[in-house]
Amino acid sequence: MTSGFGTPAYDVSHLIGGGVLLLSFVMLYQRRIGAVINVFAVQGALLACAAAWQGYVQSAPELYLTALIAFGAKAVAIPLALRLLVGRLGLHKAVETSIGIGASLAAAIGLVGLSVLVVLPVTAGGATPLARVDLTIALSVVLLGMLAMIARRNAISQVIGLLTLENGLILAAVGVAGMPLVVELSTAALVLMVALVAAVVVFQIRDRLDTLDTHVLDRARGDS
Amino acid sequence: MIVLAAILTQLLHLALVLVAAPLVVGGVRWLKARMMGRIGPHPLQPWRDLLKLLRKRPVLAENASWISRAAPYVAVGAAVAALALVPSFSRAMLFAPMSDLLLIAGLLALGRVALALAGMDVGTAFGGLGAAREMSFAALAEPALLLVALSFAILAGSTGLEQIAATFQDGAVGLRVSLALALIALCAVAVAENARIPVDNPATHLELTMVHEAMILEASGRHLALWEAAAALRLTLWLALIVAVFLPFGTAPAGFAPFGWVLGVVAWIAKMALLCFALAAFESAIAKMRVFRVPEFLGAALLLGLLGAILLFVSTRLA
Amino acid sequence: MLTAILLTLLGLVLLALAMPVLAGRRIAPRLAHGGSALASAVFVLMAVAALAGGGAPVAELPFGTPFGPLLVALDGLSAWFLLLLGLAGLCASVFALAHEDAAPARALLAYPLFLAGMALTLLAADGVTLLLGFEAMSLASWALVASDHAKAENRRAARLYLVFAALAAVCLVPALGLLAGPGGDLAFAAIREAPPDGWRAALILALVVAGAGAKAGLVPLHAWLPLAHPAAPSHVSALMSAAMTKVALYVAARMLLDLGGPAQPVWWGVPLVALGAASAVLGALRANLEEEGKTLLAFSTIENVGLVAVGLGLAACFRAADLGALAALAAGAALLHALNHGVFKTLLFLGMGEVAHGAGSRLLDRLGGLIHAMPWTAACMLVGVGAAASLPPLSGFASEWLLLQALIAAWRVGDLTVQMLVLVAAAMVALAAALAAAAMVRLFGLVFLGRPRSPRGAGAHEGKGAARLSLLLPAGLTVLLGLLPGPMLALGGGAQALLTGQAMEGRAGLAFVAVGDGAAAYWPLGAALLLALALFGVWLLVKRGTEEPARGPAWDCGFAAPPQHLPFGDPLTQPTAAGMGQPLRRMLAQPVLAVTERVEMPEPGTVAPARIAMSFGDPAFALLLAPLATARDAVVARTERLRDLSIRQCLMLPFAALVALLLLVAWLEGGA
Repeated sequence: MTSGFGTPAYDVSHLIGGGVLLLSFVMLYQRRIGAVINVFAVQGALLACAAAWQGYVQSAPELYLTALIAFGAKAVAIPLALRLLVGRLGLHKAVETSIGIGASLAAAIGLVGLSVLVVLPVTAGGATPLARVDLTIALSVVLLGMLAMIARRNAISQVIGLLTLENGLILAAVGVAGMPLVVELSTAALVLMVALVAAVVVFQIRDRLDTLDTHVLDRARGDS
Repeated sequence: MIVLAAILTQLLHLALVLVAAPLVVGGVRWLKARMMGRIGPHPLQPWRDLLKLLRKRPVLAENASWISRAAPYVAVGAAVAALALVPSFSRAMLFAPMSDLLLIAGLLALGRVALALAGMDVGTAFGGLGAAREMSFAALAEPALLLVALSFAILAGSTGLEQIAATFQDGAVGLRVSLALALIALCAVAVAENARIPVDNPATHLELTMVHEAMILEASGRHLALWEAAAALRLTLWLALIVAVFLPFGTAPAGFAPFGWVLGVVAWIAKMALLCFALAAFESAIAKMRVFRVPEFLGAALLLGLLGAILLFVSTRLA
Repeated sequence: MLTAILLTLLGLVLLALAMPVLAGRRIAPRLAHGGSALASAVFVLMAVAALAGGGAPVAELPFGTPFGPLLVALDGLSAWFLLLLGLAGLCASVFALAHEDAAPARALLAYPLFLAGMALTLLAADGVTLLLGFEAMSLASWALVASDHAKAENRRAARLYLVFAALAAVCLVPALGLLAGPGGDLAFAAIREAPPDGWRAALILALVVAGAGAKAGLVPLHAWLPLAHPAAPSHVSALMSAAMTKVALYVAARMLLDLGGPAQPVWWGVPLVALGAASAVLGALRANLEEEGKTLLAFSTIENVGLVAVGLGLAACFRAADLGALAALAAGAALLHALNHGVFKTLLFLGMGEVAHGAGSRLLDRLGGLIHAMPWTAACMLVGVGAAASLPPLSGFASEWLLLQALIAAWRVGDLTVQMLVLVAAAMVALAAALAAAAMVRLFGLVFLGRPRSPRGAGAHEGKGAARLSLLLPAGLTVLLGLLPGPMLALGGGAQALLTGQAMEGRAGLAFVAVGDGAAAYWPLGAALLLALALFGVWLLVKRGTEEPARGPAWDCGFAAPPQHLPFGDPLTQPTAAGMGQPLRRMLAQPVLAVTERVEMPEPGTVAPARIAMSFGDPAFALLLAPLATARDAVVARTERLRDLSIRQCLMLPFAALVALLLLVAWLEGGA
């Protein structure tokens, strides 16, 4: 199966990638923590679809395993855990923003434009159109994840931003043919570890400071 | 023969949409009532209201000028003119060469300005408030619409609705993320332009966040009938626009084809009913948003349009 | 043809010179404005003749300068802008005839010179003549801005205006010098032979954009415009807004697109597109916040100047990308919008002048309900407002349709950065158009609709005869230009060809304007016909057998009738200028214009009203002018120290300068 412009292989993966990107935008737009977690779950499911579709297109069975792991972890386990966490902590339902919603959306568009401007010329050499589009979208998702971490003040939303960033990495990994499974798994494990550490820190902050607003931490800095 | 068929389809189209417009409003109301567990008024109720109001003498405020008397006609005239340009059941209608998306946007703007001026004519607090909000929301909705038109133009090579619909009916475009984004943006703009939930509540008459109703508070009798008709026509126009671009299946080809026309009318009615159902379900499921969140809603539509166009640039570059 | 125009120019100058002699006589204003009207009519006739039958070749003036002979010519581009100048000048002069007491006597000298300066700039066929006309225009308009110098804000406006005029000259003189190149021949024909390239081209681009942009009011060099336009008498504001900013755009188009040559890169048009889009949005946004009629219109001018600049920039981009047909489309859109805006902005400014004359104020919060007292003015203004809000089938819509189509087609320029930039520009232009519609609804609604807001406004009256004619003429032209954009574009084919090497031939007919073969088309006559048919049909359907409307008190959601001591009703129930602008102020202006809002609530139990204090500023003042003023003060402080130097040190300075210059010469010659 070829992967040129206008073929089903290209169209479907373009569609799924665009969907993942769109969900990153939706996440930035949401004001409620519950909704953010839901969107994150849907994004995880879509990511699993992307991996499975790439497995089919590239005839690479190990990608099905990636898809399964992504679905299990991203669409089911982590959102459930986050919900539990929010419920247990009795968190405020609203997301506290540090940049306004409109401004962060505009910045997000700028970042997408930037990644298009970077990826397309850089990959002009040999890569297939499919891989180039995938890389563009993946870089956008990564940047949007970082933006989400900056634009939110709540520690839980920052953790979700980090996980979105990792979604972008996986999207990039599955899009490129011949990426060994080990790399993917280790990346995923690494980010999960970071998330775990972040969760522990969240609990610690909460116990010590009675809030999850990371701005409070500024007071605790040694150098100020 | 072709010219005759063009004139015939144009007239049939006008008759069809004019009859359908109040039914669309009534149908959505009825569906919403059913979804909420109420019996609701009959779908024909807007038609009955219209006919009753048309016979009633309007009462004008003492200091109302000719603007109040002329504006409802201008609003309905602009809406009818715009609706005449949106294809429904057949291609190649008489005005098809003129059916340009930007012209339709311009005609809608004409109706909007007439409405806002009528709202300000008597100098009441509500009228001015509604006019200021209506024009401000439009300021964000119009760029979103333009970006959607831009995405269509990249794919179809023109902003003419006829060419866009024909290109999309051929299926040459395939699946496109950009089109999905454009559809979402278009729906958001349509919701805002028609003062539907979550931007405005069409069922309310006295609420501090109202927009559309605030401007026609002073209208009565046949003027009120015309304003209601204009609103119904506008809703029909937006639904027909979405149908024409995104669901172009079953539309009759150019030329004299009575059987194709019947098929086209049936298909159009089915598609419109589907959209009405979707609108009613959407409105039943969500709550109205605060008025100062509307800019965010429309801004998101604008950004989706931008995103769609950027992704389209990427695609065309790789082609 | 040229002879007739030059004789007219001579007549205008003689007229101006006669004014001091005739000072104080009744005939002086009549002569000045009547003569100007006549001269403008000659401009219109000659321009139409030149556009229809080909222009006039280069001719030499009988007197010259040390830099060479003064050359004049009338090609398609000059004629197009001369037509605009003539139309605006005609309407403004007729208006001035009707209100001859409105303008102070000292303005009479400058007014004909202003017209003559603009015409000379358009006719110029070499750099010196161009600068001569441009500076005459700047100085004469400065005198007009300063004519009512009793008010402190007018003096401030005139001072700022002079600074920006000087900036324009400081930029344009070296730009022309660079265009002429080492040969030093300033004739346009010679410059076309050797177009600039490399760093020279980039420098010229920057200088022309700054110089012409400062005169046209492009962001961020627009600070003078909203101050100067309201300071001048209404007919002068009309002329400045409609014609002078366009002359500056003509200079930009002439120097960048015509003299710059066709071999420029794609980014050549990018600065114009970017600054134009920013001007359009900022102008339209601030037009929604201003509370004074003429200031509001001045910001609308900034918006429209921005739109024309976007069109010119796009034309440059398309031409560089070898998309000749689209380049002609963009150039046609820019030229047509310049003309349309010239006509409808003349109408709006003159209408506002009529309102100020009849109702005694230009503040939106002192007017209201004038549609009853000034029906003709209101009807004409409605046409102008509709065109400025770009409603079909009026003139503003036709040119904005073309501009938007050019923007939509701009993705065909292959460069990805340009594509993205133009995409954002398209969204901004659409935003500006919709914002302009909101501003115009606000203007018309507050001035002409509702109830009077002051006793003086309630006793308004409107002028007859010439005053009415001066409004009806541009109103009629606005409708006509809206219905016939195709013939106008065909008429301006020469101008498009000069700018882009190609005209919109075959794509602009009597009834239609098309983007290209098989692409979208706009049928203004068809659209107007359809609209008329729909209106007539609705009227026929509804009107039959129904009785006249009854009159009653306003319903206003059941609010109580106003008390006896409030003759115009309770003013608090009528929207104010600030209230109408509130949604957009909160939605869009907050981040851009540094808006501050403060609500003062009275103590509980007191009967004092709650007050809201609101202010906003222009980023250009804070980011550009304030640092410049600080820098100027610093430089002055440094220079002051020179006064304290000893005689020996004073002698050192010229000596050092001489040695430095000699060294420079030695270095330059050594390199050669």
